[in-house]
Amino acid sequence: MKRIDLSNDVLNLGAFGGRLFVGSGVLGLVLLAVAWGLGGSGSQDAFMKSWLFAFLVAVAVSLGALFFVMLQHLVKAGWSVTVRRLAEGIAANLSWVWILFIPIAWYVYSGNGGGLFPWADADAVAHDHLLHEKAPYLNTGFWLIRAFVFFIVWALLARFYFGQSRSQDATGDVSCTNRMQRFAPVAMILYAITQTFASYDWLMSLQPKWFSTMFGVYFFAMCLTGFFSCLIVLIWFLQRSGRMVEAITREHVHDLGKLLFAFGVVFWAYIAYSQYMLIWYANLPIETSWFFPRHLGEWYWVSIILIWGHFLLPFVLLVSRWTKRWQGPMVLIAAWMICIFLIDVYWVVMPVVPEAAIAAATSYDQLAADVDSGAVSIGWSLNAVDFLLPVGMLSLLLSGTMFNLRRCSLVPVSDPRLDESLAFENY
Amino acid sequence: MSHQTPERAWGYAAEFTTPAAITAAAKKVAGAGYRWWDCHTPFPVHGLDTAMGVKPTILPIIVFFGGLTGTMLAIFLQVFTNSLQVDLWAIVPVIGYQFEVSGKPLISGPAFIPVLFELTVLLSALTTVGAMLLLNGLPMFYHPVLKSPKLARITDDRFFLVIESRDPEFADEKTRAFLESLDPVSVVELES
Repeated sequence: MKRIDLSNDVLNLGAFGGRLFVGSGVLGLVLLAVAWGLGGSGSQDAFMKSWLFAFLVAVAVSLGALFFVMLQHLVKAGWSVTVRRLAEGIAANLSWVWILFIPIAWYVYSGNGGGLFPWADADAVAHDHLLHEKAPYLNTGFWLIRAFVFFIVWALLARFYFGQSRSQDATGDVSCTNRMQRFAPVAMILYAITQTFASYDWLMSLQPKWFSTMFGVYFFAMCLTGFFSCLIVLIWFLQRSGRMVEAITREHVHDLGKLLFAFGVVFWAYIAYSQYMLIWYANLPIETSWFFPRHLGEWYWVSIILIWGHFLLPFVLLVSRWTKRWQGPMVLIAAWMICIFLIDVYWVVMPVVPEAAIAAATSYDQLAADVDSGAVSIGWSLNAVDFLLPVGMLSLLLSGTMFNLRRCSLVPVSDPRLDESLAFENY
Repeated sequence: MSHQTPERAWGYAAEFTTPAAITAAAKKVAGAGYRWWDCHTPFPVHGLDTAMGVKPTILPIIVFFGGLTGTMLAIFLQVFTNSLQVDLWAIVPVIGYQFEVSGKPLISGPAFIPVLFELTVLLSALTTVGAMLLLNGLPMFYHPVLKSPKLARITDDRFFLVIESRDPEFADEKTRAFLESLDPVSVVELES
């Protein structure tokens, strides 16, 4: 069994972290400001929708990280100790990411939310029986309270795990590990509930008449795709800067590759397909309405790109052992998965079901022709804002991660399972 | 009827007390060019495979084709039963059970995928188990290593490295001396 000595490894960010915090933070803010400037000229609804898309990208990556940290404690994993601190750092962004939600919350609170969430339009609710029946759950006040609860729960969980883990660095106290493990099952249940309802509130209720019990799980698959690919790229980036070169071995990247393959590729496809097949088979108008715009116009091609880019291609690339153990290609695949993750979130958030046009249509073919000719809009409005906002928010996420990790070791140096993680090998 | 067994030993077993000792010894045996030899340990020893120079198994390739057979079988089964209509040798009419379900086409991809997935998994799993047994020569009801009472501690706290006499490099005294040079606790001669 090989034993790795960490004494020669650089395990802190130092001035590099500070520079990256400022640089990436400023870049993020500038990108958001530019997007705000560009978006101001167009419709406010369209801008807020792009903002929601970008916000969900940032929140999904952080939530994936939080899940990963809790999972390691739930199963008492030994292999992951050296990569866990980075995940804790990303998850700790959940304590400020609510700031990015304020514009959306304000937009809905001030009564303009109808263009985003049809249930927030008082007129529509008054005239639509189904929306009216759903109003006890889908109303502005309760929706805001729920969002508040989600952010509190996530911030507390993330701070708890990050805080305990860091205080163990100094003291080496095993009771920190015990505490984190004991709390993990409860934390996991809290996470599952909040994450599921957040996906209902922010994604599914964009089309309030549609429902899918699989949707929370689909969002979960999105979170993990985003997180694992970001983590692999972040590790590559830190190792290129000369940090954690000994601490994170090929074995850890191999395992993260397995997790990306399992959750980001196979599980995602399994969930996406399960949701699709049941709806396709039953063929009920209220259920198929969600896939309706995604089958038409440009969205059709985005759907095809997702099948190939999110499942078939990465499946072939990642199924073998040797690609996951070869860091260069692995980082390229992870970078590809970040792009496809962005497309996936975009594909879930942006398409619009034109209710009036559906009601007026005499046939599916006629409606499809109207969409093709541009007479009916199904929410395709790709523009610079849709690129600037997610990149800006991911920059802020990187900046926040650097800020979180600026003073602590990049590896939980006193974790009782650190030796196990360093000596870990895949057989 | 008298039956003369050959005097030649089935092999020699060298006894070690630690995983590190047998791993170091395994490296030397692999370096000496032996092929018919093995290590017997009470638990999986990490790094022993590499030290022995064990080549990666071809099992994944076999499993790939097993899985592919499952996929093909599922496609064939569903397309055949749902929609096929042929005259076998122009005499026997074969007609699938062409039953339209909720207005879907007879051959509809999304409905076929679950069966396709399950049959792929099933045949992959069966191939994995079956090919693993075949490649390992299992089931095996007798093995000389299990005969010697001196080797009983394989299942407890001893590590044995066994070189078989069928190895082309095997030479009775030379091999024994070689094993003794590896610094074992003892060297045991094995009967077939």
